[in-house]
Amino acid sequence: MTDQRRAKYCVRVNEAYCKGCGYCIEFCPKKVFDRKVELNAKGVNSPVFARPDDCIGCGQCNLLCPDLAIKIEEVEPDG
Amino acid sequence: MSPLNHPHSKSLRVDQLPHIWCQGCGLGIVLHAYADALEETGLDLDKVATISGIGCAGRASGYVNTDAFHTTHGRALPFATGVGISRPEIKPVVISGDGDLFSIGGNHLIHAARRNVDVLVICSNNFNYGMTGAQFGPTTPSETKTPTSPYGNIENPFNLVALVTSAGATMVSRWTVMHPNQLKRSIKRGLTKKGFSFIEVITPCTTGYGRLNKMSPLDMMKSLKKTGKIRKVLPIEAICDPATEIILGDFVDIEKPTYNEVFESLTHRAGVAL
Amino acid sequence: MAEVLTGSHFVHGDWACAEGAIVAGCRFYAAYPITPATEIAERLAQRLPRVGGKFIQFEDELGAMASVIGASYAGQKAMTATSGPGISLMLENIGLAVMTEAPCVIVNVMRSGPSTGQPTAGAQGDVMQCRWGTHGDIEIIALAPQSVQEMFDLTIHAFNLSERYRIPVFLMADANIGHLYESLKIPETDRINIVDRRKPTAAKGEYRPFSAGEDLVPPMACFGDGYHFYATGLTHNERGYPDMSVEAQDRLIRRLCDKIRRDTTRIEMVEEHFTDDCNVLVVAYGITARSALSAVKRAREGGIKAGLLRLITLWPFPDARIEELTRCCVGVVVAEMNYGQLVREVERAAMRRVEFVPKLGENPHQPEEILAAIRRAGK
Repeated sequence: MTDQRRAKYCVRVNEAYCKGCGYCIEFCPKKVFDRKVELNAKGVNSPVFARPDDCIGCGQCNLLCPDLAIKIEEVEPDG
Repeated sequence: MSPLNHPHSKSLRVDQLPHIWCQGCGLGIVLHAYADALEETGLDLDKVATISGIGCAGRASGYVNTDAFHTTHGRALPFATGVGISRPEIKPVVISGDGDLFSIGGNHLIHAARRNVDVLVICSNNFNYGMTGAQFGPTTPSETKTPTSPYGNIENPFNLVALVTSAGATMVSRWTVMHPNQLKRSIKRGLTKKGFSFIEVITPCTTGYGRLNKMSPLDMMKSLKKTGKIRKVLPIEAICDPATEIILGDFVDIEKPTYNEVFESLTHRAGVAL
Repeated sequence: MAEVLTGSHFVHGDWACAEGAIVAGCRFYAAYPITPATEIAERLAQRLPRVGGKFIQFEDELGAMASVIGASYAGQKAMTATSGPGISLMLENIGLAVMTEAPCVIVNVMRSGPSTGQPTAGAQGDVMQCRWGTHGDIEIIALAPQSVQEMFDLTIHAFNLSERYRIPVFLMADANIGHLYESLKIPETDRINIVDRRKPTAAKGEYRPFSAGEDLVPPMACFGDGYHFYATGLTHNERGYPDMSVEAQDRLIRRLCDKIRRDTTRIEMVEEHFTDDCNVLVVAYGITARSALSAVKRAREGGIKAGLLRLITLWPFPDARIEELTRCCVGVVVAEMNYGQLVREVERAAMRRVEFVPKLGENPHQPEEILAAIRRAGK
């Protein structure tokens, strides 16, 4: 069972670009993001990739990010 | 993630990021779709020129890693015409806003479409003049209260899809930023197609139009998802009313000789072509 | 038909201007028809496709000027021709050409204004407009032909200057010259000097589009060369990116102006007659200078030591030469086909009042009018 839930994707949020609009959080079909409680140095509650195992790599977060702050990488399966 | 390993380091000037647009501004999504399209079509980026006018959308050309030019208000299309007809191997792409393209630039828009100049126009329609503080523009719905229509907008908005179609455009599409895949697909089509291609993108202006209408950025995006309806209709029927319904789709995609092609054929016929 | 129509012709000024553009290498022309410049458009509509160029009649002058800048940035030598009302429409984009250092030639075949005025009547009423019409601190170059031959020669020179300095250059022809028929000699191609813009030698990643050396003129890449450069009408830094700092404004504006101001001795062109020992100096340009020369000769016959300074470059204005020549003069006369424009510059440079002979309406000055002024000035 754990194999099926191993994270296949890693979503990185570039906090240097993120302006905290929340689109990735809201429109993710699997709701993998949470919003950080604390403000970062830019004054933004940026998203955090909280549930990697649920991510299906649909790419919506990347496409809808107005700040080009999201990078999606495929995770290499363990040997 | 440093600029060096940004996924769009080929098509964007990543050293200029983060961009100047507001939190949640749809222009970032448009820029993203354009960057993806540029990379996926595999076009030679040496032969693309990104040209923009004045306004928030006009800043887009400063982020694109092609030859790029930021013109005076409303004059992106004549500039692009000068480029495209003197250097037919260069594909001009105009990224600008509803005010720049249809108010001050309206005359040039209809003539460029009439000429079927080979250019892709990506028009960000956010229903107001964002940069100067949310004044009403040629696409603002009637009765909207803005700083220059404090008692309500007296005027009627254009249907950009119908207008551009009747002016002679050979590709006309409308999407919203909540439809990034379709948007990217249309951009790719416009990049590779010859002729006057026009894509209207409904974009949220979060600090302008959104604030005037008491909508948060998320409210605006959810509204686009709700009101955006993909339908096969005639351009004149393609309603664009952000309160009720925004008809989306690919409305026109026809082939017609471009300005340059007609120039070639007429000068050959006259026996004067080199 | 050959590119260069070497030989003798009997043509009008507009025709000569069009042929001068072809010889200079102009391969893009955009305009809107307007009396008295339309003939330039009609000639180039015919000629440009035959020499591998493009002609486009735009929906208005604003678009025409914008497309000229586009073609210039695409590597073409580009030109437009219009009259006063058209220049008024083009002013904003003329500023864009200055700001983005786009080489281009703008011909104003001047007619009586202001506003619609008298479309078929020649005038010299736009000479301040070309210098100061667009907003902000700028420098431009303006040339004033006085003959059909000069309509040809100075059009070529205008292109050369625009390429050399990356600046819009105006050809300020009064309509009288534009529609005048005279002999024109077009020389062999190898006897004509053509200047092209300097191209960058920097590697593609290293190119700074607005970085200049000693001469303050940046080498110019063009679209399609692979440099992927950016240009904007906003105040910008050497990389072309918008820069709203005080330092950027100071640096850029000084460079855009100083590239001309520091080279005025090379740019200014005047023609002098009888100035070695004159004590009444007449200053004139365009067709007025022809009447003025006649007046000066008759003054000399009548015993007055009159001399003529003909301005070929109106801008930059030859302050130093005027100051030098007028120092020992009893009087100075300025004749213009307007109600007082460059006369103010002469007064400023000469630091004195001058005898001014205005002319309103289509007829150039009669030599007698200027002679009468010479007599008044000589007292």
